[in-house]
Amino acid sequence: MSQETPLPIPVAAPAAKKSGFLRRVFRNPVAIAAIVFLTLIGLAAIVGPMLAPLDGNRADAYKILAPAGEGSLLGYDGAGRDIFSRLLSATQISISAALVALIVALVIGVTAGLLAGYYKGWLDTTFTWVTSMTMALPGIIVLLAARAVVGPSVYWSMVIFGLLMSPSFYRLVYASVSAVREELYVDAARVAGLSDTRIMSRHILGVVRAPIIIQASMIMAIAIAIQSGLEFLGIGDPQTPTWGSMLADGFDVMYRQPVNMLWPSLAIGLTTIALTLLANAMRDALERTAMAGRKKRKVAAGLPVGTDNPATLRHGDDAHTAERTGEVLLEVKDLRVGYDQPDGSVIEVVHGVDLTIKRGEVHGLIGESGSGKTQTSFAVLGLLPTGGRVLGGSLVFEGADLVSGTTRGHAAVRGKKVAYIPQEPMSNLDPMFTIGSQLVEPLRKTMGLSKQAARERALALLARVGIPEPERTFNAYPHQVSGGMAQRVLIAGAVSSDPDLLIADEPTTALDVTIQAEVLDLIRDLQSEFHMAVLLVTHNFGVVADLCDRVSVMKEGLIVETGPVRSIFKAPKHDYTRSLLDAMLDEDGPVRPPLVPGGVA
Amino acid sequence: MLRFIGRRLIAGVVLVFAITTLAFLLLYLGGGDIARRLVGQTATQEQVAAKAAELGLDRPIWEQYAAWLGNALTGDLGRSWFSGQLVIDGVTSRLMVTLSLVIGATLITALVAVFLGVLAALSGGWVDRGIQFLTVLGMAIPGFLIAVGLVFVFAIELGWFNATGFTPLKEGFAPWARSVALPITALAIGGSSSVAQQIRGSVVDALQKDYVRTLRSRGLATSSVVFKHVLRNSLSPALAVLNVQFIGMLGGAVIVEQVFQMPGLGQLSVGATTQGDIPMVMGLVVATAVIVIVVNLAIDIAQGLLNPKVRLG
Repeated sequence: MSQETPLPIPVAAPAAKKSGFLRRVFRNPVAIAAIVFLTLIGLAAIVGPMLAPLDGNRADAYKILAPAGEGSLLGYDGAGRDIFSRLLSATQISISAALVALIVALVIGVTAGLLAGYYKGWLDTTFTWVTSMTMALPGIIVLLAARAVVGPSVYWSMVIFGLLMSPSFYRLVYASVSAVREELYVDAARVAGLSDTRIMSRHILGVVRAPIIIQASMIMAIAIAIQSGLEFLGIGDPQTPTWGSMLADGFDVMYRQPVNMLWPSLAIGLTTIALTLLANAMRDALERTAMAGRKKRKVAAGLPVGTDNPATLRHGDDAHTAERTGEVLLEVKDLRVGYDQPDGSVIEVVHGVDLTIKRGEVHGLIGESGSGKTQTSFAVLGLLPTGGRVLGGSLVFEGADLVSGTTRGHAAVRGKKVAYIPQEPMSNLDPMFTIGSQLVEPLRKTMGLSKQAARERALALLARVGIPEPERTFNAYPHQVSGGMAQRVLIAGAVSSDPDLLIADEPTTALDVTIQAEVLDLIRDLQSEFHMAVLLVTHNFGVVADLCDRVSVMKEGLIVETGPVRSIFKAPKHDYTRSLLDAMLDEDGPVRPPLVPGGVA
Repeated sequence: MLRFIGRRLIAGVVLVFAITTLAFLLLYLGGGDIARRLVGQTATQEQVAAKAAELGLDRPIWEQYAAWLGNALTGDLGRSWFSGQLVIDGVTSRLMVTLSLVIGATLITALVAVFLGVLAALSGGWVDRGIQFLTVLGMAIPGFLIAVGLVFVFAIELGWFNATGFTPLKEGFAPWARSVALPITALAIGGSSSVAQQIRGSVVDALQKDYVRTLRSRGLATSSVVFKHVLRNSLSPALAVLNVQFIGMLGGAVIVEQVFQMPGLGQLSVGATTQGDIPMVMGLVVATAVIVIVVNLAIDIAQGLLNPKVRLG
């Protein structure tokens, strides 16, 4: 009917455990209800006609539209036939005809998908063409046209419908096979001398089995819907009762015996609903199973909430650093960040961070990936991803706590006093809008500038960050500029509101080596020009040495050591800091730090 | 952009050609002795031969096809074998009824789906779960079953306005709207459920995008980022699924029309296919294929215009 498109189904990673998937399906009460109902329908289809009290095709002229009772469970239809007996025969025919469609679609779609995905070449092109042809006409129109050729048999209609539905299996299998084909273990299997057939059936079908089952459930629902619709139109064989033809019979006598419409309606509606809900539950289970595998890796560093916070190793200020920096701008105390899990628990990723940033200082936050640097900076911005929240501690900016209030605390400073430069330049510009509009929109909002004034300021900023043709870049879309240019645009956007604190999250990591130094120089120049404090998140001690006044070393959600850059370079106290400094010596980065002889243990 | 449109246009024409060729071959070769079927089992061999000669069925199939194609290109799809009516007239008069239903249902679908999809994605929690459950139900129940239910409730239980029948638009907007309201509802429930799920998914995806965080970091409120940037980026996948729904509803309309006894393509196709009126069936195939291809092309062009990479590239 109106839902001839099966659901998009995630293709599970090969590592997804099948047992986890099944357990998840059987834990879902909706799925269990659907399975129970479908089992009953299946039983009725198999043994129903044998149990039927009367012949569903025998018409008794004296019993036309007779109500239920006297040996008839559901009464008689407009031709005097027993509805209950007829419904049982119809169930057998409707279900088996829908199964015919499913089997045809499965056999053709899966075989074609395996062949085209594995061997590629002309097969793929051919099947793609056939696919787009079968997609171009509504299924019901094709079936109506086919009726003129194949006659009124519901089975033949369903064979044709199976052909029409085979692309949905084809695409599913084709996508999985193309993906799996490139996997190393398939190569390994081939080297080990396994035949192509063996590889396909063992390695590839294993991966697509769950998605195929889900799709099969959907196709079955659609086949029943289409078949009932077709039969409802009255173009089927009157001698073979189906749910659709019984509904048509009931619809004809709607004014005299409306209850006759109810039973076939329930059969069609409940079966399609059960199949769809089952498919949906299985899809959710598959997604969760795949996600659980990913999550486990992602939060490997996560610890239970409230892990103890060992004291940070602190270096005293030296005269040079103290002279360069002013009063306290941002005071982070015992910051804890955690993520809500689907099962209701919370995984803590930042375990009580203390961080002080003074006006005008460049503060490096260094640590390896997953140490919580980025989480800490997002918490300062109030922009933690979905599910993440500040569990405890305080973030005091210019004397006001941003956490204790609601999100309003952050809204008052974000984009005005605190700004942000992201890591990946391209994904941080909206591809649908011009660069200019993405600069102008915040300027008008935060600084209340007129359109013209905002435009002029944006152009001046683009020129300031070293973009050769500001006007052209202003009118360009993100895909029309290079990564280095995009990063300059983002820097221009960040400083556009004249912030007091600039948070730069690995601002050079995604850039070419030749551009990295230029961007760091730009940040340094802008820092002194705008008198901003900068929180520079990085994993590179070279960058810290080049740019920072103070540095905090972060490891597994904690700050282990903090102090002036010179002091930490000269006398690192924590083992982890030492190992980071050692690692830096091996790097051949563009910026070599000014090493103090003997400073590195 | 022009090259892009040109490529899609050529692909569309090729597809219509391929579909009609295939349909012609299957309809004229697949059904056995067409003339015998038309004159009946009791007719003599001479009567069968005379019928075949009258309809040109005695000529080689490629000759028949060439003749049909030549005429079709000039807009002549032949005459019905039964009523003698011009196929093109029969199809176009019915098509207007069906198209008015499908276009109406598509517009309603777009509105309802954007509302439900955005609401679900932004609210989360039980609102999200509730909308997701309802849309799965809406997708699962066949449209004609909803139509039957609507007729039952409105015509029989409530005894309201004539629940069935069709009033052409030229007899006034209100009577027309009243006659199409229920069928459009029946069609739009499935469509909007499916599109709403798609929109919910793409809004959820778009909310996780880096540029959303960056725009928020510049001081823009989440709501303004959602309504300008997130919706704009969700539009493209939503249009694609709306396109698929349009085709689905075109098929669904054929059955829903019959429930409401409307003189649309459904009535025409049921009559033509049970009689074996092959020119009329061909006309039906051509008409739907052309509509589908035109809509696909329109959506492709809209997608191109929406995407700066295609528009400028």
